[in-house]
Amino acid sequence: MTSATADHGTGETAAWRDGKRYAWLLGLVVPAIPFLAWGLVSATGLGAFWWLGPVIVFVLIPLIDVAVGTDAENPPDELIEWLEQDRYYRWVTYLYLPIQYAGLVLACWLWTTYPMTLVDRVGLAVSVGVVAGIGINTAHELGHKKEKHERWLSRVALAQSCYGHFFIEHNRGHHVRVATPEDPASSRFGETFWGFLPRSVVGSLTSAWSLEKARLARQNKSPWTLRNDVLNAWAMSGVLFAGLTVAFGPAVLPYLAVQAVFGFSLLEVVNYLEHYGLLRQKTDSGRYERAAPRHSWNSNNVATNVFLYHLQRHSDHHANPTRRYQALRDFEQAPQLPAGYASMIVCAWIPPLWRKVMDRRVLAHYDGDVTLANIDPRNRGKVLARHGGVTEAPAASSAGSAGSAGSAVEGGAR
Amino acid sequence: MKIYRCEVCGFEYDESQGWPDEGIAPGTKWEDIPEDWCCPDCGAAKADFVMVEVSPA
Ligand SMILES: [Zn+2]
Repeated sequence: MTSATADHGTGETAAWRDGKRYAWLLGLVVPAIPFLAWGLVSATGLGAFWWLGPVIVFVLIPLIDVAVGTDAENPPDELIEWLEQDRYYRWVTYLYLPIQYAGLVLACWLWTTYPMTLVDRVGLAVSVGVVAGIGINTAHELGHKKEKHERWLSRVALAQSCYGHFFIEHNRGHHVRVATPEDPASSRFGETFWGFLPRSVVGSLTSAWSLEKARLARQNKSPWTLRNDVLNAWAMSGVLFAGLTVAFGPAVLPYLAVQAVFGFSLLEVVNYLEHYGLLRQKTDSGRYERAAPRHSWNSNNVATNVFLYHLQRHSDHHANPTRRYQALRDFEQAPQLPAGYASMIVCAWIPPLWRKVMDRRVLAHYDGDVTLANIDPRNRGKVLARHGGVTEAPAASSAGSAGSAGSAVEGGAR
Repeated sequence: MKIYRCEVCGFEYDESQGWPDEGIAPGTKWEDIPEDWCCPDCGAAKADFVMVEVSPA
């Protein structure tokens, strides 16, 4: 350890060097997207470049993932503490915020003064939404830290997407109920992204509110106070949007709404693929077994990992939630996605494709026993019919007639 | 007797109560809990707990 600290500040020791140390700076390309889009449109005259945000995240990053591949490199255990102490890494995440908000102000200026068609303006709003959404990932990294100022920065990053309640619900709600039917942010086997989206948005909101209400009640306080972290986080969004409206006029409001909705929907689709179908079993005492590496989907695709601060090393994140991104490790035995999160997001938007790619992976994870998965109760009959389980025999007999299969199995499931 | 709180989810381990669910007897000192024990609620590592107060009991 002493030899490691002697080299502090260079990201390497005689024995090990962090291959991704400078790659983390690439994450700052994302908040710069509005600037890049503006520059490219000015240089080429092509309005299509206002859509640069979705093109980078859903086309370019998946392609780079394929080209660059995966990396399962882990820092040696004895160097993790040292790696976490290196302040360079946290500054890379802090820097996201000023660029994010400079880009938002730029976009407001462009929406109101730059010659653009309606499609151009929507394109820019979606690009800004990409910045807001990946900003939630930055907020996620910061919101897990013990340092007060980092938790505060987390709320600042969330103001743009009006998702300030996320850092409450995520830590005290999602991390407790992960991979259980009670968690609004864990998706279920047989549940499409479009069914998950409203359930998670509403469920996370009510969860955050009740967590804060309960905390304040323990101090004999009403929830209607700015000490309520849900309310003061939303107040930040209110101040931000009001300020932008005063500065640029109410014409920016519809675009601000589009970017916020796109932003939090991007977070929700990432939520969707992190724990799809995975379930913690109940122990004899009636509690759920502890969250373990087998309850999260992981990926070692380098490009997505660099842009998402190792979020895809999700099992280690749940085991060590306050551990800084640069020190998160790959678990060999943890469930692996077939591609990086960026590609899987596109897959999640298309439910038949998602089912084709993921359902057999969930089944393989449970050695073919679908009853061990977190099954969507609304589709339980259908899922059991298709994938066996307790109704295997009757389901097989009715498999030929698709029309009657649904109702026949509905009865069988109960 | 001390109380330790999970920094992630707020779960509290009270030394005077122990955690009988898993055979940790009342009165078990924090130092005597195995290093690989983790938060029963959220699975966070033992290192993510901080001492919060001395329990009255
Ligand atoms: Zn916990």
